Amino acid sequence: MNFPAELKYSKDHEWVMMDGGVAVIGITDFAQDALGDVVFVNLPQEGDEVGMGEAFGDVESVKAVSDLNSPVSGTVCAVNEAALDSPESLNSDPYGTWLIKVQDLGDTEELMDAEAYKAFCETVA
Amino acid sequence: MKLIFEKSAPGRRSQLLDRCDVEQFELPEKFRRAEKAPLPQLSEIDVDRHYSELNTRVHGVNTSFYPLGSCTMKYNPRVNEEIAALPGFTGIHPLAPEYSVQGCKEVIATAKKYLCEISGMDDMTFQPAAGAHGEFTGVMLIKQYHQSRGDQKRCKIIVPDSAHGTNPATAAMCGFEVVNIASAPDGCVDIEALKAALGDDTAGLMLTNPNPVGLFDENILEITRLVHEAGGLCYYDGANLNAVMGVVRPGDMGFDCTHMNLHKTFSTPHGGGGPGAGAVGCKAFLAPFLPKSALMDEEGHIQVRSFEGNFLIVVRALAYLLTLGKEGVPEASTNAVLNANYLMHQIKGTFEPAFDRICMHEFVLDLGAFKKETGVSALDVAKTLIDYGMHPPTMYFPLIVHEALMLEPTETESKDTLDWAAEVFRKVYELAHQDPEYMHEAPHHAQIGRPDEVLAARKPVVRFRPAE
Repeated sequence: MNFPAELKYSKDHEWVMMDGGVAVIGITDFAQDALGDVVFVNLPQEGDEVGMGEAFGDVESVKAVSDLNSPVSGTVCAVNEAALDSPESLNSDPYGTWLIKVQDLGDTEELMDAEAYKAFCETVA
Repeated sequence: MKLIFEKSAPGRRSQLLDRCDVEQFELPEKFRRAEKAPLPQLSEIDVDRHYSELNTRVHGVNTSFYPLGSCTMKYNPRVNEEIAALPGFTGIHPLAPEYSVQGCKEVIATAKKYLCEISGMDDMTFQPAAGAHGEFTGVMLIKQYHQSRGDQKRCKIIVPDSAHGTNPATAAMCGFEVVNIASAPDGCVDIEALKAALGDDTAGLMLTNPNPVGLFDENILEITRLVHEAGGLCYYDGANLNAVMGVVRPGDMGFDCTHMNLHKTFSTPHGGGGPGAGAVGCKAFLAPFLPKSALMDEEGHIQVRSFEGNFLIVVRALAYLLTLGKEGVPEASTNAVLNANYLMHQIKGTFEPAFDRICMHEFVLDLGAFKKETGVSALDVAKTLIDYGMHPPTMYFPLIVHEALMLEPTETESKDTLDWAAEVFRKVYELAHQDPEYMHEAPHHAQIGRPDEVLAARKPVVRFRPAE
């Protein structure tokens, strides 16, 4: 299981990379492994507002559909169209496959560093 | 095996229908199809052999054990079919004059009376054609009720996170906002979470009891009281009624309306895409909002399906109720609970239950630790069971247990079958420790190995197109 040190992590198993005033959000290696093969992803549109702790989309795997909860609030400024077309990349390259970029950030959930997130995953596994 | 389309030969045919004794009528041009439908052309014996061969390749409750949790795959007695095939039931027309269908009307009235008694409701409709259709109808009753009182702000339906997926889908289809509340560790409603979610915008709560992990929520009276206190109504999802029919009534638990899956609990065939029947019962104050048959000349009546719904399914359900009688109905439920507990205890020690307490009609195994230890997933176990001649249990549901297998043996299985099933589970458990690789590839002896689920979900081929 991979936990890149440069990223921050939410308890809902999303990774966040702060890029200036923009939050880049994706799902973690742990999340993709728990989901199994991802078959569909639904994402918001550019310009949509997202709220902290609220669903901004969902992922459907062969097992189930799960909400994607946003760890930040703000405005969606980019959506990864490539992820919509080939959701299997969430399984093969979870950290290389961002989902949305959010700007005009308001609230941000308390995020974990790689070490804390790794320990968190061990408690929920 | 070839598809029936591939067995077709031009001009081959069967003489199945009587000679037409009414004058032929040409459809107006606009209703005629532009090209001929590519229907298969076969003789009767070709068709017979095709379906006989298919019949050897499927697994049904008539073939072997079918513990598909949450689906109540009980045996459907043959007598139901015999009664439903009586010409007085099959040879009627929905527009026939009422005096000529009095027997059928009596079936509906009697089935309604018994099912109202079992559910603790005052009135009922048989129009909904399936469980989710019943949910839709029931939640629309709640919506109509609030609207009739001018209570426009009630826009939210509360659904626990352990619920069947149809619950939030239904609430959304009815135009409500879905409020998910987290379950307590035992899968029951978290009272504090419920209190926090309730307010003057609460339209209602949708709940299954026993809940989707097979446990009876002992706080049910408190739960329905809290919802009513906030001005909401309570909807009982009858999916798990097989655990409590004739023992506890949803109406007495404080629910205002409910659907009952006649095609599950009351032993009419299901699993093949229908027809089903999701009878919806309600308390008297909701009865004015029930859908009505189109023949009733009332103003503003609502229909969710034509006429009386899937009438012959109601006939089968009534045949079942009359066969069991007043004592038999609760006995079926208590046996369903006994069988589930017996099987759970026989399997315990190998695969472990997610909740170690007395279950209702079904139970959930948690294979999380087992997967960590062996690398074998719930999916691998399910696929391996096929090789032993057993239908797999429900997998990866409920979502609150991660590597879940959910078993519902039903009351119609004997102790011998349950002992055999437990033995199979023990063997599979050992196999996982000896040869996990073999299980990753299972099933090895089935007609179909592992279908590519990802490809099937992304690029489904749902229509046969003959080669040009």
